[in-house]
Amino acid sequence: MTQIFLCHAGIGPIVSGEALVAADNFSARYDLDRINGVFSRPQHLLFGQSYKNKILVLNTAKGGVATAWMLNEMVARDVAPKGLVLNRANTVLAQGAAMANMTLVDRFADGDITKLIKTGQIITVVPEAGRVELASG
Amino acid sequence: MRLTDHEKAMLAGEFGPGIRWAIDHQIKIGNFFDAIDMVPVSQAHMMADAESFGDAGVLFMEAMAEDRTEVAIPMITDPRGVDLSHYHPLGQTEEMASLERRFISACQTIGIMMTNTCINYQTIMPPVLGDHVAYGDTGVVIYANSVCGARSNFEGGPSALAAGLTGRTPRYGLHLDEYRQATRRYRISSQPQELTEWGVLGAVIGQKSGSYWEVPVIEGIDSSPTSDEIKHFGAAMASYGSTPLFHIVSITPEAPTIESVNGSCLPLEIITKDDIEAFRASFPGFGDQLDVVVLAAPQLSLVEMRQVATHCAGRQVKKPLIVCTSPQVYGDATRMGFVEMIEDAGGTVLQGTCFYNQYAREIGEVNGWVNLLSNSAKIVNILGGYGYRPSLASMENCIEAAITGKMA
Repeated sequence: MTQIFLCHAGIGPIVSGEALVAADNFSARYDLDRINGVFSRPQHLLFGQSYKNKILVLNTAKGGVATAWMLNEMVARDVAPKGLVLNRANTVLAQGAAMANMTLVDRFADGDITKLIKTGQIITVVPEAGRVELASG
Repeated sequence: MRLTDHEKAMLAGEFGPGIRWAIDHQIKIGNFFDAIDMVPVSQAHMMADAESFGDAGVLFMEAMAEDRTEVAIPMITDPRGVDLSHYHPLGQTEEMASLERRFISACQTIGIMMTNTCINYQTIMPPVLGDHVAYGDTGVVIYANSVCGARSNFEGGPSALAAGLTGRTPRYGLHLDEYRQATRRYRISSQPQELTEWGVLGAVIGQKSGSYWEVPVIEGIDSSPTSDEIKHFGAAMASYGSTPLFHIVSITPEAPTIESVNGSCLPLEIITKDDIEAFRASFPGFGDQLDVVVLAAPQLSLVEMRQVATHCAGRQVKKPLIVCTSPQVYGDATRMGFVEMIEDAGGTVLQGTCFYNQYAREIGEVNGWVNLLSNSAKIVNILGGYGYRPSLASMENCIEAAITGKMA
């Protein structure tokens, strides 16, 4: 049985992977140690956790515009998340995802996506169709 | 998206691979935000520091330059990550400087003017009411939208570049009237008195708003702030809330009345003294464990440079004092003796950079800087993720702390 969460059509390729979830916001500049691939902001709910190859499930963006370059730089060094699943992206996250060809979706029909998916669950994100699939069990 | 014949030709590659990348990038963004077409823009401003774009960004820009791509509209830049006249003393490396040099060379080849400033609205060419622009740097965008009445989304570096190359941007978000209406209504209970207090008020409103898609309207501000005061107010709000636009009733151009931004029907939220004090209490005191004092973010105006110089006159700092300004202001501040006054006191004046985007983590580790004091509510928000323990004080108290070696 697969649970489907519908959302707005997104950006980037189809990806599957382990979700890393928090009811918190995201900025590559404000929150990450991008050399070591971990959340480095002490106040962030994911502080200390590795984001490499995870699909981040978060609320929205925070802060400034640097994330737009940084996602591309992170992908080039292969120390990047696989994708971003958000309640609401801002312009910078969309621009950064487009530049980096990183998967991004947002605007879910079923409510707060950070409450619908749990850390460790395996999800598949299908941006073109506007869909996230969660295999149960 | 509906494309003109000219835009279709761009997409078909008739103007070269760089322009094709740019319009394709913009179409992806436009589709994501349901834009129906593009809107011409008069200027582009690109945030790009070496720590952000890295090797991958340099290679990307060098490919643009090799393809003889050229900008279509006036395009300028945000601060650099390395002040090439002063990087060894900060502990920045030749590798960092080399990335900057290569990026600058590629930018100049495609026609970008290296203004290296986040206060272009004070120094270069402020946009005007209704002017569609493509600006990077959140402080620039929120000032342009709110104070000037121009229209820009947050444009990250690649998207600002794309706008510079095509002369347009997808028509979504703050280019549309409906996204410029107020969604949150605040009233303040006490008037901010100096730059840091303005920054704190902006930070509190940004925290409460908490989303790019919220537009605060503020009532209760008695008189027009100065350009520097509203600069700190907006920069902090944008930093804490990812907020790109605010209105102040009877002060900013789109809000002569609360009704003009549809604010009268919104529930009123009071910003209390407790809100302000709780925010300030979230920062630590250092005593004599202070490591470095930074005045930046946004870069200092000529007026601020004069204020810093006046506080420094005839005195000597015991702790590092770093001041960041734009190349445009630096020239005037040098001519007027302000730079010399700061440097005579032992301070360092950097031009064309801003502390947080010049490899803040690396220079902090090299210099042993952890406890950092600033008058910028924006920079103390950013630097927490870079390994610093930042704290906040007025400009006067920051300089006093650098001179006495301890935080009052």
